[in-house]
Amino acid sequence: MKFDLTILMYIIPSVIMFCCGVYGFITRKNMIAILISLELMLNAVDINFVVFNRYLFPGQMEGMMFSLFAIAIAAGETALAIAIVINVYRVVKNVDIRELTKMKF
Amino acid sequence: MESVGNIIMYFIIALAIIVFSVLTVTSRKILRSAVYLLFTLFATAGIYFQLDYEFLGTVQIAVYAGGIVVLIVFAILLTHKPGERAERLTSHKRFMGLTAALAGILVCGYALVNFASNAASELSKNFSCDIRGIGNALLSTDKFGYLLPFEAVSILLLACIIGGVVIARKR
Amino acid sequence: MNLNYTIAVLILPFLTFVFLGLVGVKMKKKAAGIVGVCSMGVTAFIAFAAAFTYFFGTDQGQVIDGVRQQLQVFDYTWMQFTKNLVIKIGVLLDPISAMMLIVITTVSFMVHLYSLGYMDGEKGFQRYYAFLSLFTLAMLGLVVASNIFQMYIFWELVGISSYLLIGFYYTTPAAVAAAKKAFIVTRFADLGFLIGILILSYYTQTFDFITLTSNPGAVISSAGGATFLGCSAMAWAMTLIFIGGAGKSAMFPLHIWLPDAMEGPTPVSALIHAATMVVAGVYLVARLFPIYCLEQGTMTIITVIGAFTAFYAAAVACTQSDIKRVLAFSTISQIAFMMTSLGVASQMLDNGVGYMASMFHLFTHAMFKSLLFLCAGAIIHSVHSNEMTAMGGLRKYMPICNWAFLFGCLAISGIPPFSGFFSKDEILVAAYAKSPLWGIWLAVVAGMTAFYMFRLYYKIFWWNNPDYGDHKPHEAPWTMTLPLIILGLLALCAGMIPFGKYVNLARTVEYESGINWMVAGSSVLIALIGIGLATKLYLKENPKPDRMAEKTPGLWTAAYRRFYMDEFYQYITHHVIFAHVSTPIAWFDRHIIDGTMNMLARVTHSTSYSIRRFQSGNIQSYVWIYLIGALALATIVMLCVI
Repeated sequence: MKFDLTILMYIIPSVIMFCCGVYGFITRKNMIAILISLELMLNAVDINFVVFNRYLFPGQMEGMMFSLFAIAIAAGETALAIAIVINVYRVVKNVDIRELTKMKF
Repeated sequence: MESVGNIIMYFIIALAIIVFSVLTVTSRKILRSAVYLLFTLFATAGIYFQLDYEFLGTVQIAVYAGGIVVLIVFAILLTHKPGERAERLTSHKRFMGLTAALAGILVCGYALVNFASNAASELSKNFSCDIRGIGNALLSTDKFGYLLPFEAVSILLLACIIGGVVIARKR
Repeated sequence: MNLNYTIAVLILPFLTFVFLGLVGVKMKKKAAGIVGVCSMGVTAFIAFAAAFTYFFGTDQGQVIDGVRQQLQVFDYTWMQFTKNLVIKIGVLLDPISAMMLIVITTVSFMVHLYSLGYMDGEKGFQRYYAFLSLFTLAMLGLVVASNIFQMYIFWELVGISSYLLIGFYYTTPAAVAAAKKAFIVTRFADLGFLIGILILSYYTQTFDFITLTSNPGAVISSAGGATFLGCSAMAWAMTLIFIGGAGKSAMFPLHIWLPDAMEGPTPVSALIHAATMVVAGVYLVARLFPIYCLEQGTMTIITVIGAFTAFYAAAVACTQSDIKRVLAFSTISQIAFMMTSLGVASQMLDNGVGYMASMFHLFTHAMFKSLLFLCAGAIIHSVHSNEMTAMGGLRKYMPICNWAFLFGCLAISGIPPFSGFFSKDEILVAAYAKSPLWGIWLAVVAGMTAFYMFRLYYKIFWWNNPDYGDHKPHEAPWTMTLPLIILGLLALCAGMIPFGKYVNLARTVEYESGINWMVAGSSVLIALIGIGLATKLYLKENPKPDRMAEKTPGLWTAAYRRFYMDEFYQYITHHVIFAHVSTPIAWFDRHIIDGTMNMLARVTHSTSYSIRRFQSGNIQSYVWIYLIGALALATIVMLCVI
């Protein structure tokens, strides 16, 4: 049996991962869960960058670099987001986004 | 033609990614979600290793798995009681999420099948991505040099540290 | 001599007004009053100096060929819109404005002094003096105005200060109503004035009095053949301007505000509603007299309205029981005399005697009428009532007031040698010269004047001796009696002035005038008849007046109710204007105009209410919509590519 690990074989898990992230982002009420979903989406995108880089432009490393920086930025973003979540928790004793309507109107 | 070990490895990783991704977003216990996320990230790192990006895989494990997930776990421990379960989803919410996710999969899958089914299938052999090359690229100012984004990211991280401290500190 | 300093008569009262208005509350009442009196005294001094310099100065340019020149002693361009549309503030000195300076500052000074005693202890004493200063400023600005627009500005300022002073006791509903009534009625008339000004200056391209009056023929012809409703445009302009004057001067049928204006403090009535502001209309007509001379139709209107008002007001005055109301109607009647006199005047008839007589009567009337009002104030001050029924036999308690009031009554009745005799005689001469009808008419009214004034006098000072109980009437303090004495002396001798030499239509230095003994004798005779009748009826308490009233119930009640003019206005405003004009307009405003706005608001509201979910602030739904949109777009693109 001839079985090739084509580019598609890597993209499909990444698409599924991304859509799981979307599903989580839309359905979850917990802020931290939303953050987790966000990480999933980011990660799926990182995979795509790397896969395309590896298959289509093996002589260069833009895609990998992009992933590298994306990981760094994701780290910073998460740290900040968690700081906000903890601060919110102090105020409303909760991390449910439905409670965060104080600054809405 | 790939080696059989590679193919088996691939299937394990792909399966792990799919299963743990789904579990991450469906688990009602937030701590479990975080752990499933950790597994997903490990699996992703596996893909990187399989594609010969050792450095990226290492960074993925170190920063994502070692840094972000730990942060998230700490946040969960700070803000949740042990054993707390998220309430069940309303059917409306679930419907919205499922439509969005399935529509995304459908459209993307359709596009992939139609436009990328016969895309590159071979991993190029003349590929080298050693640590030295990455280091040179990161700190070079030539073409394909990344000094400016590197410094920008360092400033960004500094800002994140300060911002995190300012936001989270007790008033 | 340079007369530039005349502008100080405007600046000084203005500064006093600002000073007392801003810091008056912080001052002691007495101090504020003294500041007002002193400032007014200085103003009066400056005005007198200016007037005397004008009349007796021997400078070059003041008198040319035996004619007094109109001197523009101050001229300032306030606003320049176009080459012709320029609004200036200036001071114009000519015989009538100089005469008015004397009248206004004299009466105003007397009233300021008198108010020290009369308003003693009143709440808002400082405010009162601030308003008096504002009024004096406005009135002086009106008379020295060098152009008709400046006159209009000060005209309105006079109106507002009159409003403020009538409503001085703003806690009394009657005073508030009277203030509103005065303001609305005069405002209504001022609309005519404004339209008249606009028509006049539209055709003549100028506001300036000197330009307008030096060549009246050009003014009349400037309108060309423009006509409106069969009358020439200029006739309309002059009639409308006269309506403005009629409103201020309380000519029938716009007189209804003046009797009610007596709700204000009595010194205010003396100053504003007897001596100065109400003659503004007469002054306005006199100011534009050369133009009026050429509009015979308007002159006839002025004559008829004046003569009718004189008779009407005199008839009403015979029956009123409120002493201030009697004086108010007497004022209306006397101003109507002046108006009639202007109406019958022309350069052809006896050297313009009507014009001179009108100004002369204005001058003497200001003195004796403010005297009468101030006496009435002193009486009210000691009796604490406006009604004749609460008075009687006061001659024993208030001798000075008695004599002053008697002087005033003799003056207004036209008994020689009191001032009213001379001026009224000139008016009668002018009226006879125009037509015997007007002469006889005015002579009859003069007789009625004598009757009702002496009725008033006897009812207050003689009639009976009521028991005043513990609270005996007493003579007023010196601040009040001093002005009475001064004005009494002025009422006695103001008529001796050879007035025609100073003020006459042609502004000549030489002026021939003598007493026409035929007219004078008859008018004195009629006045004596009136006085005799009053003496017979009212000297001692007797039932005759009541029996007379009972015999002619319709007439007496009608006169007492002022011939139902107020009821008539009430009917017109409420049942005609409010019911058939204002109500539909209000309906239109409320339902169509407001309705349109409400509908816009309601549509906006309901639209935004129904689409408010688009912007819920819920990021999850935003993401969902965004994602679905992006996928739909991607699908479309792909379908197109395939």
